[in-house]
Amino acid sequence: MNQMSIPSPEPGYTGYVDKEHHHDMAGDTLLGFWIYIMSDCILFATLFATYAVLSTSFAGGLTPTDLFDLEFVAVETALLLFSSFTFGMAMLGAQQQRMAQLLLWLGITFALGGGFLAMELYEFYHFSHEGAGPTTSAYWSAFYALVGTHGLHVFAGMCWMIVLVVHMLKDGISSTNFTRLSCLSLFWHFLDIIWICVFSMVYLMGVM
Amino acid sequence: MPLIVGLMNLVVPLQIGARDVAFPFLNSLSFWLFVVGAMLVNASLFVGEFAATGWLAYPPLSGLEYSPWVGVDYWLWALQISGIGTLLSGVNFFVTIIRMRAPGMTLMKMPVFTWTSLCANVLIILAFPILTVTITLLTLDRYLGTAFFTNDLGGNQMMYVNLIWAWGHPEVYILILPAFGIFSEVTATFSRKRLFGYTSLVYATACIMFLSFIVWLHHFFTMGAGASVNAFFGIATMIISIPTGVKIFNWLFTMYKGRVRFDSPMWWTAAFLITFTIGGMTGVMLAIPAANFVLHNSLFLVAHFHNVIIGGALFGYFAGLTYWFPKATGFKLDETLGKWACALWTVGFFLAFMPLYVLGFMGMTRRLNYYDNPVWNDWLLVSGFGALVVLLAICVQFYQIFASIRDRNKNLDLTGDPWDARTLEWSTSSPPPFYNFARTPDVRDRDQFDYLKRHGLAFKQPEQYSRIHMPKNTWAGIVIAVFSGVMGFGFVWHIWWMVIASTLAMLVALLVYNFQKSKDYYVEVEEIEAIEDAHFARVEAAMTSSKNERSEYSVRRRGTPLSMPA
Repeated sequence: MNQMSIPSPEPGYTGYVDKEHHHDMAGDTLLGFWIYIMSDCILFATLFATYAVLSTSFAGGLTPTDLFDLEFVAVETALLLFSSFTFGMAMLGAQQQRMAQLLLWLGITFALGGGFLAMELYEFYHFSHEGAGPTTSAYWSAFYALVGTHGLHVFAGMCWMIVLVVHMLKDGISSTNFTRLSCLSLFWHFLDIIWICVFSMVYLMGVM
Repeated sequence: MPLIVGLMNLVVPLQIGARDVAFPFLNSLSFWLFVVGAMLVNASLFVGEFAATGWLAYPPLSGLEYSPWVGVDYWLWALQISGIGTLLSGVNFFVTIIRMRAPGMTLMKMPVFTWTSLCANVLIILAFPILTVTITLLTLDRYLGTAFFTNDLGGNQMMYVNLIWAWGHPEVYILILPAFGIFSEVTATFSRKRLFGYTSLVYATACIMFLSFIVWLHHFFTMGAGASVNAFFGIATMIISIPTGVKIFNWLFTMYKGRVRFDSPMWWTAAFLITFTIGGMTGVMLAIPAANFVLHNSLFLVAHFHNVIIGGALFGYFAGLTYWFPKATGFKLDETLGKWACALWTVGFFLAFMPLYVLGFMGMTRRLNYYDNPVWNDWLLVSGFGALVVLLAICVQFYQIFASIRDRNKNLDLTGDPWDARTLEWSTSSPPPFYNFARTPDVRDRDQFDYLKRHGLAFKQPEQYSRIHMPKNTWAGIVIAVFSGVMGFGFVWHIWWMVIASTLAMLVALLVYNFQKSKDYYVEVEEIEAIEDAHFARVEAAMTSSKNERSEYSVRRRGTPLSMPA
């Protein structure tokens, strides 16, 4: 076919590169993690779709308007959103190789995440106590599945944070550790975005 | 599916001139997670029972009320564990193909099998989370008593059917796209021509990748979603046959005016072209919602999907297996037996499945354990005879593998290029050394190895080597996977201490691995030289001995450029 259009090799071409170059593995890891986050995004999308399908399946039981307390959720949201900011500060510290700043901001992030999780657990406890547990109706099954999966992700992020702090204390802010921290940072901000969707779709639309 | 991911593991890094995948540890973990999933299925043969709920375990049959014992739980955990493995593989291969191609290999210079693998892996990344969620929700229904898919409390069973097919339809394209890639490689190699319309084939693959997400409802037009929804999915389904048809023409025109060699991979390809085209056309018939109401769940449907899965995916995998077998093992499969297997498979397939189209029109539904309509009888006998022919074909294939191993010295591949092929995987030895390429290739052409051969650059040993950076072997993949299997078993039997203990063990293993240092090492130049010298000595010997025979494979090895057809 179009054999002609492919130029013949220049003299000295052997079919191999002259010098083996170093492969940027940190770049692989970051891209891989991005892709993982995209698949996690589909996971949440599926849960959102499930929630939307079941959003009126109360089976005669309690509805969200009976239970949702927007002010409570607003505080919860504020905690999580602010923790994204503090994680950003921690990343700045890591970039400038300032261990103290990194650990301080990471600690604040951890505390904010913990506060968020505690509030969520209290809310779950409170709702179940009022008679809206995961087995009450399809709506509440979907509610707990969606919000609970997000909560589990936050919990996993916090455990990961502890592991990373141990890494940092052992080896300092090495390039490997910085890559790890970048991945966690992506993960943490991603959870924030998901929470904004949860807040709008579950809580705001729930009381409308 | 495991077969095709295995082929990807073997072929993709070689085709792109890489030494390994991007995340070797994840790859090992994925593999072992799959093994553990398969083991859980096998365990159900001895302890308990396996799901009796069909391929996709629709509720309410798969719910606690109608399947109270452990069968469905085995299904759930086996699928969940190996599904996670598949998802990790998808991410791994995506990053490998995007980032680890040899210098000079732009996206549009990638071999087609790598392209179709890339698209299949995108589908894995986007479709498998849906499966994860779907079976998790069914798990919750069964374990915690939630109400996602139940009859009462507002649950919705059709939501399960929608979700499982929103994964399931992309899944069938995950199976078929790599097969299309195999046919492309095989057709080009054995027609001794460049692939016709490479660009259109790549775009067709990408189109199928996109469209495969908007056709899932055609599995249940009878759900009652209404005319507009059915029309949308019917039209989308018909549209997806267009890029598929484009590919058929790509292969036909590659063969046109090529000097086709009919080795057994090419037999499979020819059998595929005819069989798959028929299957594709009956698929378009099924895509018409009005017709589908008549044909739904009939044997017509059964004939259709066997037509595409056997005639498309399976024949493709057999072609790929035969084609790359010498690359993996160093010797070819027996050609005569391979052709017998292909002939018997094809004849058996047509005898077994063409009657089912007729029976479908006669009103026979699928999954009957009894029938009393004498009119169906003759057709069913023909079909049963066809199944026996297929059984014979399978026996021939087992014997083929046995005989090929027994007589391996007759079919040795000493040069690494047994088929006079065109892409990079054939430029290294068979089986390839553990580092794949001693020197990183510098890619100029789509058919890079063919390019080297045409310019007399193939089979030339480089003058010097430098040391190679490689990952170390690790215990972590298998250990974590085994604990995940124990966890799955604990879940199936509700043995909670086992679940907790194995989950903790999994986390500990992951942490220990995480804190391990020096996960890689360098292969020293002496070792590479020893391996490469031995390889080039074998190549030299093979070429000298074949100098006197005028075998059609030996011509280009001596550096004589072939004149290309116009």
